Amino acid sequence: MASAAPSAANSGLGIRFDRIERRFGALVALRSLSLEICPGEFVALLGHNGAGKTTLLRITAQLMRPSRGSVKFFADNAAQEIPFTAVKGRTGLVGHSLLLYDELSAEENLALFAKLYALDSVPARVASALQACGLASRAASQVRTFSRGMRQRLAIARALLHSPRLLLLDEPAAGLDRQGLEWLGATLGHLRGDGCTVIMSTHARNESLDLATRAIVLAGGRLQQDTGAGGDPRPLLQELRAEA
Amino acid sequence: MNALRATLTLFAKECRLEFRTRELLTATVVFSLIIIVFFNFAFDPTPAEARRFGPGLLWIAFFFAGSLMVNPSFAREQTNDTLDALRMAPIPSFAVLSAKMLANMLFLSIAEAILVPVFSVFYNVSLVGILGRLVLVLGLGTIGLVTTGTVFSAISAHARMRELLLPVLLLPFLTPLLIAAVSTTISLFGDAQELDRTWITFLIGFDVVFLTTSWLLSDFLAEG
Repeated sequence: MASAAPSAANSGLGIRFDRIERRFGALVALRSLSLEICPGEFVALLGHNGAGKTTLLRITAQLMRPSRGSVKFFADNAAQEIPFTAVKGRTGLVGHSLLLYDELSAEENLALFAKLYALDSVPARVASALQACGLASRAASQVRTFSRGMRQRLAIARALLHSPRLLLLDEPAAGLDRQGLEWLGATLGHLRGDGCTVIMSTHARNESLDLATRAIVLAGGRLQQDTGAGGDPRPLLQELRAEA
Repeated sequence: MNALRATLTLFAKECRLEFRTRELLTATVVFSLIIIVFFNFAFDPTPAEARRFGPGLLWIAFFFAGSLMVNPSFAREQTNDTLDALRMAPIPSFAVLSAKMLANMLFLSIAEAILVPVFSVFYNVSLVGILGRLVLVLGLGTIGLVTTGTVFSAISAHARMRELLLPVLLLPFLTPLLIAAVSTTISLFGDAQELDRTWITFLIGFDVVFLTTSWLLSDFLAEG
């Protein structure tokens, strides 16, 4: 499998969370969380189940509004805020769900989203994405006939189709076999080199975390540990791996 | 991406999904045909009775067909959370809604194109000379039905008993539309074969109000 690296020259997006809180009735998923992620950072988002990782990713993807606090986006100039509408087309998400239509083929799914993102040369781009994720031979097959790993690879290819400048990954390794994990690692390596901001929620054993430039641990909706921008996340990741 | 292009892209997707499975169209048409045929055998109406009561029966069949048809519009997007993917795409929220409305309009129009000739044959109601005006009434009624239905489909998508909830929510809102559509169709089926301009104006007004409302609420509705 070849790796799929976006070729966009512009930089990644930075995010500023200011005292965000998210409640689901009586349950508080995020509690007064303040955090700044710089453009181009590769953030490993860690924590136990229910720590608030998915909620934070969904708020970042603008699929959910915080109950309190604000989220702001910026590029190179931290003082210059980017409006939500401009962020919309520059964000990619690989979530718990596939975000794909089961009754459409792999090719049709990618072509649909390529058109919605107003990409040029749609057939060539779709063919290239399918080649990259190793599904070119199954391009015309409906997604419902795919195995879990194949679906996950297609979901990742869909999220990368428009060369996002902010990539949000929620357990992206789920269902991937060894070959798939290698492809994911290589793809994320290219994205990091390209300056894309990546926030990846996963367990500490995921080998792709070696690419991380920063590690953040959430617990009970609060920020428990943060190696900070420019800090070394490896000692923390090693510690968490040893615990796991 | 502009709203029109996004709408057409999503409309093509809706059509592809439906024509690939044909689940909705088949179930809806068969269900509505059963209503029309059963009522004919149950009441055995004379031609005069059929012209008087037939429009009510016809629009009840369209209402049930429509509520069956719009029900999965947004529920279908929940399978793999595909609505999230659409919300993240750089397209206006109304494009998602309007594509579903257009698709439902097409599917219901196909059902009507099958049901109306069957009604005409079983109830001995001649459509000669009124077909053009009948298409106008059906078109205006169907726009109102699918616009309101699609909006409520978005609202009820997350409800546990949405199959039951949707018709219950929909009927009170659609009652004025159904009264107007039935009254117009009765006047069209009558001896004078006239198009009641007051009810036609009402139908146009209903469509404009609900289309505008759905456009204004599209951001909220797309959140699901």
